[in-house]
Amino acid sequence: MKKSIILGALTIAGLSAVAASAATVDDVKARGTLNCGVTTGLVGFAAPDANGEWVGFDVAVCRAVAAAVLGDATAVEFIPTTGKTRFTALSSGEIDLLARNTTWTFSRDTDLKFDFVGVNYYDGQGFLVPKALGVSSAKDLDGATVCIQTGTTTELNLADFFRANNISYEPVPIETNAEAIQQYLAGACDAYTTDASGLAASRATFETPGDHVILPEIVSKEPLGPVVRHGDNDWGDIVMWTLNALITAEELGVTSANVAEMVTSTTNPEVARLLGTEGDLGAMIGLDAEWAKRAIETQGNYGEIFAKNIGEETPIGLARGLNAQWTNGGLLYSPPFR
Amino acid sequence: MSTLSDPPEGSFRLSMLLNDTRYRSLTLQAVAAIALALALYYLYSNLAANLRAAGLNISFSFLGSSAGYDINQTLIDYNSQSSNFKAAIVGILNTLLVAILACITATILGVFAGVLRLSNNWLVRKLMAGYVEIFRNIPVLIWIIIIFTILTAVMPGARAYLGEEPERGLIGGIFAFTNRGVYMPAPFFTNGFGGGEGSGLNWLMLIAVLVASFFGARAVTQSANRKQEATGVRPNTLLINLAIWLLPLVIFSLIFGLSWDMPDPLANRFNLQGGIQIGAPLIALWFALSIYTGAFIAENVRAGIQAVSNGQTEAAAALGLRPNRVMSLVVLPQALRVIIPPLISQYLNITKNSSLAIAVGYADITATLGGITLNQTGRAIECVLLLMLFYLVISLSISAVMNVYNNSMKLKER
Ligand SMILES: N[C@@H](CCC(=O)N[C@@H](CS)C(=O)NCC(=O)O)C(=O)O
Repeated sequence: MKKSIILGALTIAGLSAVAASAATVDDVKARGTLNCGVTTGLVGFAAPDANGEWVGFDVAVCRAVAAAVLGDATAVEFIPTTGKTRFTALSSGEIDLLARNTTWTFSRDTDLKFDFVGVNYYDGQGFLVPKALGVSSAKDLDGATVCIQTGTTTELNLADFFRANNISYEPVPIETNAEAIQQYLAGACDAYTTDASGLAASRATFETPGDHVILPEIVSKEPLGPVVRHGDNDWGDIVMWTLNALITAEELGVTSANVAEMVTSTTNPEVARLLGTEGDLGAMIGLDAEWAKRAIETQGNYGEIFAKNIGEETPIGLARGLNAQWTNGGLLYSPPFR
Repeated sequence: MSTLSDPPEGSFRLSMLLNDTRYRSLTLQAVAAIALALALYYLYSNLAANLRAAGLNISFSFLGSSAGYDINQTLIDYNSQSSNFKAAIVGILNTLLVAILACITATILGVFAGVLRLSNNWLVRKLMAGYVEIFRNIPVLIWIIIIFTILTAVMPGARAYLGEEPERGLIGGIFAFTNRGVYMPAPFFTNGFGGGEGSGLNWLMLIAVLVASFFGARAVTQSANRKQEATGVRPNTLLINLAIWLLPLVIFSLIFGLSWDMPDPLANRFNLQGGIQIGAPLIALWFALSIYTGAFIAENVRAGIQAVSNGQTEAAAALGLRPNRVMSLVVLPQALRVIIPPLISQYLNITKNSSLAIAVGYADITATLGGITLNQTGRAIECVLLLMLFYLVISLSISAVMNVYNNSMKLKER
């Protein structure tokens, strides 16, 4: 029995490591679909809509990459991952790209052998509590029971925060956001902590969102961005520059509505390079000239994606804040297209 | 006498390895062993090559670095600065805790349900049949989640017990049942051994006292047995046994100042503090494993009882034994021989099924080493290997212990 177990484990380990090494872009083109790892469901970021179509802020990144590489924004296989399963899914080759509220950290980038190709949302960890508790600061949470998603940076930040402030808490580790919300609403924990954007998104789905407050403290830096495997730089470049194209498009005023017209009418050389009418940037990353145009056309620029999925007009109601363009005092700053 | 004669010495030929039945099995086994070794080697080298290609290596040094996460229910001191190794130990102890608790309750439940399934009372019989069929035919994971969900939904929130004028008082002034778990007073000793604060030493001493009481009580019982055999009258040992158990305990508690740490509703506005807290995840897991496995054990018990021939029951009844004594003195002891071997595998099942703990957030070894540590360090292969090793060792130990017990219960052939 002992032998067969070890044998099984080695087989799995052996097989899983094989898939990781081939050139991802070739695999994606040969397959005709992009395998994109997303959340198990976080409204606004990635969740199936009423028709079963995945929509959301992270989903748009997947679709933009599919549009750029395959010419079809719908050629995406969405693979729901939990905080725990996402990294195995990526390193085993089950997914080509992970777009799941994933924080860029030193050890994930180096030790886990991944590459974060950019940041699509600058976030920080916050706390959600029922208003009735009368808590006004996270430092008042001494002795509280706190729900967390396991396998996240949240879990580690939480321990650090309470230790640094010399207060105690009871962690309740939970696998998915949906279960955490259920526990929180049932009163099994006093507070729920995760990325502030995730809290806002979850609160928007409550029956009475007004009964819950997000505490003012943001206890960590959570730069969230798409992740690929370390070592396949060609693929990393494609994802990185697709994201940059969306950000640059907003900066330069290219939108899904005007992109078709811009292609012919633009006098701005950078817009022309971005949309492939000047230079051959597409060829430099192994794609055709219209790669970025397709991404913008189907998904909209960064600002449109933000406004449509999580912006102030939506129930989630997130302000641009740090995620505004650098020209508006935010952190979004794409390297130039040249 | 023998019709077989030994083959002539020294006439071994190579072809005999295949043709001679005496050697053929050896040959086949050797071939199989070599093939297995080659296959293992192939898989291992494949793994190693792929890991190297991905720039990963196998290393256990992560066990020494600090874990960075907190755990809600721990049997030993642990905080987020403790090592991953310590987190694994916490997980192991939690696994053992829930496994032992569940084995005990599942056995009790199983024996009752198994015996009652054969009851003469139609209603009791059908009720027990219903229990067995419902519980063993729904997967244990579902039971764990159902029970946990019911616990959190039905029980009052922790806050109902808090404050100067709580909605609910502590039950009997000492217990609280909330959707986060059960709170009860924790005993502790105020005086230590040889002066000073009470400590773990007191508890070791207490265990020593209890062991001494146990042997004392056994001596009394044995002497009562001897007297009964000699005279036919059994002296009443109840009082003296009670004294042997209770007196040392009371004296010990008085000397070392036993007192109780009560759950405190005023400590903060979130939770009761102090006392012993048994978390809802542990309760749900324990309960679900017990009733689920109890249903299987009930079937084993029923089979064991039915394997004892009816003549035994009839003979015992003819001697004038009352039905419950027939069961406990005649039938069950014989049935045990049939019951124990499948019982071992039920105990193994409980231990292995306890790895479903993560579904309700109980920090067993699969949740700590195989869950959070694996995930935060990315050391999947190392963690999974350690997990397999742990479950293997535990399962083999349980079988070993139960086999010893089984041998002691076996029919002694004379
Ligand atoms: N940014 C953190 C936390 C990410 C995370 O798990 N976020 C939650 C809430 S913001 C989520 O996406 N949950 C969706 C799900 O459970 O699938 C990390 O990378 O570790």
